[in-house]
Amino acid sequence: MSNIIDLTLSELVSNIKNKKISSNEATSEYIERSKKSKNLNTYIEETFEDALKKAKEFDSKPDLNKKLPGIPMAIKDLFCTKNVKTTASSKILNNFIPTYESTVTQNLWNDGAILLGKLNCDEFAMGSSNETSFFGNVISPIDKDLVPGGSSGGSASALAAKLTPATIGTDTGGSIRQPASFTGTVGLKPTYGSCSRYGIVAFASSLDQAGPMTRNVNDAALLLEVMSSFDNKDSTSVDFKRPMYSKDLSKDIKGKKIGIPKEYRVDGMSEEIEKLWEDGKNYLKDCGAEIIDISLPHTKFALPTYYIVAPAEASSNLARYDGVKYGFRTQGNNLIDMYEKTRSAGFGDEVKRRIMIGTYVLSSGYYDAYYLKAQKVRRLIKNDFNNIFQKVDAILTPSTPSSAFKIGDKSNDPVSMYLNDIFTVPVNLAGLPGISIPAGLDKKGYPLGLQIIGKSFDEQNILNIAYSMEDKINFKFNLKEWWMND
Amino acid sequence: MSIDLKTVKHISKLSRISLDEEKAKKLETDLNSIFKWIEQLNELKTDNIEPLSSIAETKLRLRKDEIKSKNMREEILKNSPNENKDFFVVPKVVE
Repeated sequence: MSNIIDLTLSELVSNIKNKKISSNEATSEYIERSKKSKNLNTYIEETFEDALKKAKEFDSKPDLNKKLPGIPMAIKDLFCTKNVKTTASSKILNNFIPTYESTVTQNLWNDGAILLGKLNCDEFAMGSSNETSFFGNVISPIDKDLVPGGSSGGSASALAAKLTPATIGTDTGGSIRQPASFTGTVGLKPTYGSCSRYGIVAFASSLDQAGPMTRNVNDAALLLEVMSSFDNKDSTSVDFKRPMYSKDLSKDIKGKKIGIPKEYRVDGMSEEIEKLWEDGKNYLKDCGAEIIDISLPHTKFALPTYYIVAPAEASSNLARYDGVKYGFRTQGNNLIDMYEKTRSAGFGDEVKRRIMIGTYVLSSGYYDAYYLKAQKVRRLIKNDFNNIFQKVDAILTPSTPSSAFKIGDKSNDPVSMYLNDIFTVPVNLAGLPGISIPAGLDKKGYPLGLQIIGKSFDEQNILNIAYSMEDKINFKFNLKEWWMND
Repeated sequence: MSIDLKTVKHISKLSRISLDEEKAKKLETDLNSIFKWIEQLNELKTDNIEPLSSIAETKLRLRKDEIKSKNMREEILKNSPNENKDFFVVPKVVE
């Protein structure tokens, strides 16, 4: 048998179900490996002892009907976990211990999973490189100088380095799909309303969605099946009959119409990305799908719209961090002074920048010109997708305009950092599902991803398309384990 | 339209984030470059477009107004930054 850490999530599940591997063996292996991988700076909080205890408990009376029986899993530190420190990678929450559990993580534990620890991310999920975390950069296992992407950078890095069999992230503008693309892994952002937002540290409430990050498409289907549920505690949770995504996974995509949006062929797009996209089309044709050229005319307005809507919502959501009820406090001469000093010392530069943008676009005299304008453009972007989905079943695009960049390369120029999310942001604005799958390597040998965008609540369809493509792409990436310590 | 230092300081007040002079100047530069880029939205005519505030364009669900969670007073107060077992403590507000 191959090593435990080399098994996919689904393989590990069947091995535990067949009693070939115990939860304790799997959990111990992942803990050992995580302990040797501190150089990557993926963990903010480790719950190893508790995980081993839970694994032994599981083994003593294993419930093998669970979907994730005794599976150890590290998760993004944006999900509130009861009695386990939850920081959102911010100084302002660096001592916060939730008294409740997020619905998505509760779903994981209910189905047998065991928490290994909390993973680093960009502060309040604001970033595309994991450089904004109060706890320092996450390093990509691909190269020591490389960012893992963001904001779910710790999740992507831990997954690619095999410190967890699978993980979960959150995606507001690309925070699952972009790091998945950068690290050669699979990342799925579900339809808005599919996974409950309850207990996830809020960034932009009309855009945030949790989703799976996995080693292959089958694992993503399995994990989504567990994560997605209707939840009364989230007023935007949608009550629909959730398919058995992994059971219904199929490679039959014959006759599916796949749109190729011309607006995604952006200025200065590299030949490598062009070729990747072209290869993707050919794989789909090989699977019997039909390729159709389409237009999404408002694409170029998606990013500036996002950078009004997301900061506006963030500035309201982050108003709660005032140093009174929880988190970090700086003393002040009076109440207002305490608020101002607390927030100044507690938030990092990117978070402050976004709060300021949001406050400005919502402020008296600027609301109509910016916020209302952006909401109108958001409607146009959504209409583009609505119209085109009358003609096609799904859309194929690159996941990112380039492969992973070096640490420090973009951190001084906010706009160039924001441009990273050019292909992912429109999907959030329209509330659609999107999946990034590894599809090739650039000339530096770094992974590149392709994104499949689907209709609302049509996750099964994009999973099937991704599953079919995965087979044809046959992505192989040999990671040298340079970061491991003994 | 450009954002001057005075506006930056005004926004920082509204945001309840204190800024020193150096940070304020840095933000002036950043915000101007970001808003210059955002201005491209003005190329679009949107007069008769209905604004979209949420993707989930459904009616909010109604529920009975009843208490479901248990009393967690002590647990919640434990997260309070100033130690006091009974209250959240803030600087004196009323003279």
